[in-house]
Amino acid sequence: MSGGHHDHHHDHAHHPELSFWRKYLFSVDHKTIGIQYALTALVFLFLGFCLMMMMRWQLAYPGKVMPVIGNLFGEGNMPGGVMLPEFYNALGAMHGTIMVFLGVVPMLVGGFGNYVMPLQIGAPDMSFPKINMASYWAFFVGGVVMLISFFVPGGAANSGWTSYAPLSVLATRGQTFWLLGMVFLITSSLLGSVNFIVTIIQLRAKGLDFFRLPFFVWAQFVTAFLLLLAFPPLEGAAVLQLMDRLAGTSFFMPEGLVVSGVPQAYAGGGSPLLWQHLFWFLAHPEVYVLILPAMGIVAEVIANNTRKPLWGYRPMVYSLIFLGFMSFIVWAHHMFMTGMGTKISAFFATTTMIISIPSVIILTALVISLYRGCIRFNVPMLFALAFLPMFAIGGLTGLPLGLPASDIHLHDTYYVIGHFHYVVAPGTIFAIFAGIYHWYPKVTGRTLNSALGKIHFFLSFVFINVVFMPMFFQGMAGVSRRLYDQTMYAHGDAVQSLTRMSSWGAWMLGLSQLPFILNFFMSLAAGRKVNQNPWEATTLEWAAPSPPPHGNFATVPVVYRGPYEYSVPGTQKDFFPQHLATEA
Amino acid sequence: MTRKFLLGTTVAIVVLGVLFVEAAPAWAQAVAPKTSVKVDGEYGPFMPPDVSVHGHKVDQLINLLHWFMGILFVGWGIFFVYCLIRFRQRPGHKASCELIKAKPSKYAEICVAIFEAVILLGFSIPIWASVKNDIPPPTDNPVRIRVVAEQFAWNFHYPGADGKFGRVDPKLIDTATNPLGLDRTKDGADDIFSLEMHIPVGRPVICEISSKDVIHSFFLPVMRVKQDAIPGMRIPVWFQAAKTGTYEVACAQLCGNNHYSMRALMYIQEPAAFEKWLAEKSKPAEEFQD
Repeated sequence: MSGGHHDHHHDHAHHPELSFWRKYLFSVDHKTIGIQYALTALVFLFLGFCLMMMMRWQLAYPGKVMPVIGNLFGEGNMPGGVMLPEFYNALGAMHGTIMVFLGVVPMLVGGFGNYVMPLQIGAPDMSFPKINMASYWAFFVGGVVMLISFFVPGGAANSGWTSYAPLSVLATRGQTFWLLGMVFLITSSLLGSVNFIVTIIQLRAKGLDFFRLPFFVWAQFVTAFLLLLAFPPLEGAAVLQLMDRLAGTSFFMPEGLVVSGVPQAYAGGGSPLLWQHLFWFLAHPEVYVLILPAMGIVAEVIANNTRKPLWGYRPMVYSLIFLGFMSFIVWAHHMFMTGMGTKISAFFATTTMIISIPSVIILTALVISLYRGCIRFNVPMLFALAFLPMFAIGGLTGLPLGLPASDIHLHDTYYVIGHFHYVVAPGTIFAIFAGIYHWYPKVTGRTLNSALGKIHFFLSFVFINVVFMPMFFQGMAGVSRRLYDQTMYAHGDAVQSLTRMSSWGAWMLGLSQLPFILNFFMSLAAGRKVNQNPWEATTLEWAAPSPPPHGNFATVPVVYRGPYEYSVPGTQKDFFPQHLATEA
Repeated sequence: MTRKFLLGTTVAIVVLGVLFVEAAPAWAQAVAPKTSVKVDGEYGPFMPPDVSVHGHKVDQLINLLHWFMGILFVGWGIFFVYCLIRFRQRPGHKASCELIKAKPSKYAEICVAIFEAVILLGFSIPIWASVKNDIPPPTDNPVRIRVVAEQFAWNFHYPGADGKFGRVDPKLIDTATNPLGLDRTKDGADDIFSLEMHIPVGRPVICEISSKDVIHSFFLPVMRVKQDAIPGMRIPVWFQAAKTGTYEVACAQLCGNNHYSMRALMYIQEPAAFEKWLAEKSKPAEEFQD
């Protein structure tokens, strides 16, 4: 979709319709940029999913020839159709990188944030439309650099998405591309986050004070601060690692390294742990970047489909802000095994326990919001409801990992993989689906087919649990993550059947996405046409036409009330939109 | 709509159930390992056997946490499902926008916070302190081993009869004859080097973990011991075996292409057998035969 960009660039000297490309490709309209972000991110999510499905073959049937597609990947990666460990490691590293930095974050912040947030605050566009465009194209270049890395000698980065030094400094050339790609992606996020913060502070419609903001906007607001403050350390760290690789510095390299009997020429004096601190100082807030906007989407969908206000809106907002602050002082719980003493581990365990409280408050508020509601089980609501127990499992299984003593056994095992995937896969990804089904009518003026949507939901819900539930048992059995072949170990071999089950779940989950892909494209042309407010919602985006024109609103909206005035006593209808002074 | 939803949920649960039941027999049986050396103990989908003195504390904590998580999830789930059924959209039913005074939720949250505080202060911190920090003093007669990780092997370095480790210098490293770069003069003269880990039962063992190249992680599943091996650092970790047998040493941190095969064996022996092994290994003729 965006791949054709270079050709078009050459073309526009010959074509007079420069404005066409300005309109659809180099647009400064937040809605077009939002769509560009969302489509690019969906492509990357799909790609990341495909990499994982290939890994699952090697895990389920180690050393066996991959059927059908095994011979397409070249002798350097899969000789005779059998995956090499270096290719497996590259797939693992790139799956993580693509899903986090090129899939979920661009989808939640770049896609939903860009499209929905200005509409929800009644703004005609973002504060800095050109910075917005620059943000997308920086992201796009970062994505292209990451993709190119698959084709350089030695393949893509293969030191894990965490890129721990010294392994990553010594790694093949793909790692250099990974670092360059990250510099672009981080730049993109920084540009975006500044824009979001300014827009939310400056461009709110008249009457829309902070406590009348939809919860989704609050989530985007806090997320933007996390991106702004957490990413620069990683950008710095990426540049330092680049220097270690290219200029022979040793920021992360201690002295006396001997690799395969060969002493290394690094001057020494660096620290491998410094990289981990810088990385996790970003990457833990990043976890909340992955989850807060998802909570925002779920809150919107739940308020709309319970036909009542969110329970505990203010405590939820305070929890959100508190989560944002706390997420900066929990990072070292990823590093309990690096030789930490009791005092430091106690500090980070304590902050980790404290950060669980606001998450519990938000989740509880969302569940209590169901109480005395009138719950409509439409497709967005199904995904939003499924988010709640799935996120609960993800959150609860964080407990044994956040406590250093139980983490001793579970650290870096499949338990970790299960834990964070429950947060981001059936958690965040389900929220993304809820958002797509919820706002598709706003973007296209048509709804997605509900029967296909329900098939998509139920199959995904079943199979995603088949994928991730076994991982907790594997983790307890002691199977380490990132193993090319766990049957090397007795404790791994004993739970190989669980691995196989997980793999079959993953492939079935892949098939379960077909109804969605079909639905997504078919409904563009054949979906049922709907009015501008098909869900009978209260927030401002539904006051704009579907799709909203350039400048968004026909008349400048003025806000008279809170975001979720559903079933207000004494009104005719069960919803009272924010922009209406009196009930129409 | 609701009926469809309930039907869908039922179908989903049935399918899920069938899948689990199908896989269950496979879970239950412990499969013989592919690798040539048979290790002791039964392995399956829960915790591996525990042959250490302190491991039960870690296991207790993990159990306790899972009970807590289970109770919380089930209690929460019951309320969730109740809401979905009781407050579903249907003719004649309307949402009520009255403010709910949800005291129970406040109590639940306070309970969670108290439980977390108890588990943190009462279990996690003391266990961590004893397992990771309270290294046994020399009076406890500990066995001391330097564990040096490299791509993709574990080297075990014993101080020999004098109880002192020799000097190591990366410049002396020779992959064939001297993989650790051990200085064979002075303290290093009687040092013992092995690719297998031998330890006696009933005596504390202190391992000093380090690495020659990249970060590895020294993982003894049956001991509930894990410690990253970081180049440039030497980090002590201790444990005590309660039972003899042959078990696995695993690498838990991605360390390169053959990370998955970085497996060593740990032989827990009766003290006499352990001393005998040490004596055999220190014979000059057998130096570096591994």
